[in-house]
Amino acid sequence: MKKPFSGLLLALLVTALPATAAELSVRVELPQLQVAEYHRPYLAVWLERVDQTAPITHLAVWYDQKKRDNAGTKWLKDMRQWWRKGGRDLAVPADAVTSATRAPGVHHLSFTAGKVPLGNLAAGEYQLLVEASREAGGREVVRVPLTWPPKAAQNATAKGQEELGAVTVQLKP
Amino acid sequence: MKRIHFSLCALAVAAALSLPAHAHRGWMIPEVAEVEGKEPWVTVRAAISEDLFVVDHNALSLEALEVIAPDGTRSKPEKIHAGRQFGAADIKLAKPGTYTMSLVNESAMASYKLNGETKRWRGAPSALEKEMPAGAEEVQVTTTLGRMETYVTANDASPLRGKPQGKGLELLPLDAPTGMLVGQTTRFRLLLDGKPLAATTVGVVPGGVRYRGVLKEFAVTTDAKGEVAIKWPMAEMYWVNASYPPRAPAPAEGQPRPPMPKQRYTYSATFEVLPE
Repeated sequence: MKKPFSGLLLALLVTALPATAAELSVRVELPQLQVAEYHRPYLAVWLERVDQTAPITHLAVWYDQKKRDNAGTKWLKDMRQWWRKGGRDLAVPADAVTSATRAPGVHHLSFTAGKVPLGNLAAGEYQLLVEASREAGGREVVRVPLTWPPKAAQNATAKGQEELGAVTVQLKP
Repeated sequence: MKRIHFSLCALAVAAALSLPAHAHRGWMIPEVAEVEGKEPWVTVRAAISEDLFVVDHNALSLEALEVIAPDGTRSKPEKIHAGRQFGAADIKLAKPGTYTMSLVNESAMASYKLNGETKRWRGAPSALEKEMPAGAEEVQVTTTLGRMETYVTANDASPLRGKPQGKGLELLPLDAPTGMLVGQTTRFRLLLDGKPLAATTVGVVPGGVRYRGVLKEFAVTTDAKGEVAIKWPMAEMYWVNASYPPRAPAPAEGQPRPPMPKQRYTYSATFEVLPE
């Protein structure tokens, strides 16, 4: 039989903490390309304030981490928009942000408020940007606007032309 | 010790160009593909770069550039410039008609074992025998015959020269290779040692990706007669390329790479396409 006291404690805990931390997930599609020479793209995902009043928040950076002497960092600059907006100041490898390049297909990324790399993001109007740059290929940026923190669960999608397929951002309060 | 046997066709090519590293492309670009005036000049630039037609890496020497006049006579450029990041040539186009600029290069790549260690070597085929160390074992040599071309018309878009060189891989224009406009189609015949090469992929890469973002690269495949028709989708300088034999697909993770062929052929050409 349950003690009434433990039930009360549980109720107190539930009201003291937010039910769940807000979540931001991103679904990125890397298209299969019929080209003679294919290398997996470098990719950056970041958040920037629409009013550009704060540094960007790096969410993910995929680059060639297998090269000797960290030589794969040489092409990070080819994600030109990310590089200009703060990529050049990011020390790589960066925990919870950088990882290896990925094959064509659908990839899911998930971020939680209060945890790295999303952290305690100030409330406001944002854009989530995904930039892909491929060796001997092209470069493309896809942006999805969002309001943080989310008041209700919502989805937004934008599409690339060549280097990126659909990018879907899913928010959960 | 195993006897080392080199089977290399002897072709005297001066250009001491080592094979470009992966994803570095060699290219040769005329400033304009059509020039007018009395005895006009054209400047051709050449480099090996990561970004197509952007001078960002190493020069490609035009010392060995051959200028083939509309009447088939061959000459050298009047002036050759050797830069660090690009090579250039100034060429006088004294005769009316379409000139072919042709740069042929032969290079060799060898892998061998020396005291149980795998080593690699790159250079001119003529230097291979001399530079291979004594005691080299399991020597595997790949020789690449590369041809790079572009066309420039002086004053008169006259009929084509239309004569294949007959050696290595080449893309023979069946329509005028200069003066193309967006939306037009140009036909070519792909030849290997002068014979049509069917069912082979020809890649078409527009320059200017830096200002456009998306590459818009595409490929066409030669028909039974070795012919392709390329429809030009936008105004740009284009890099058209082919190689033979086709590249073997990348092996699955952990699997050994398939052996390199003994002889490889590469071809690339630059074409200018203007707005309507």
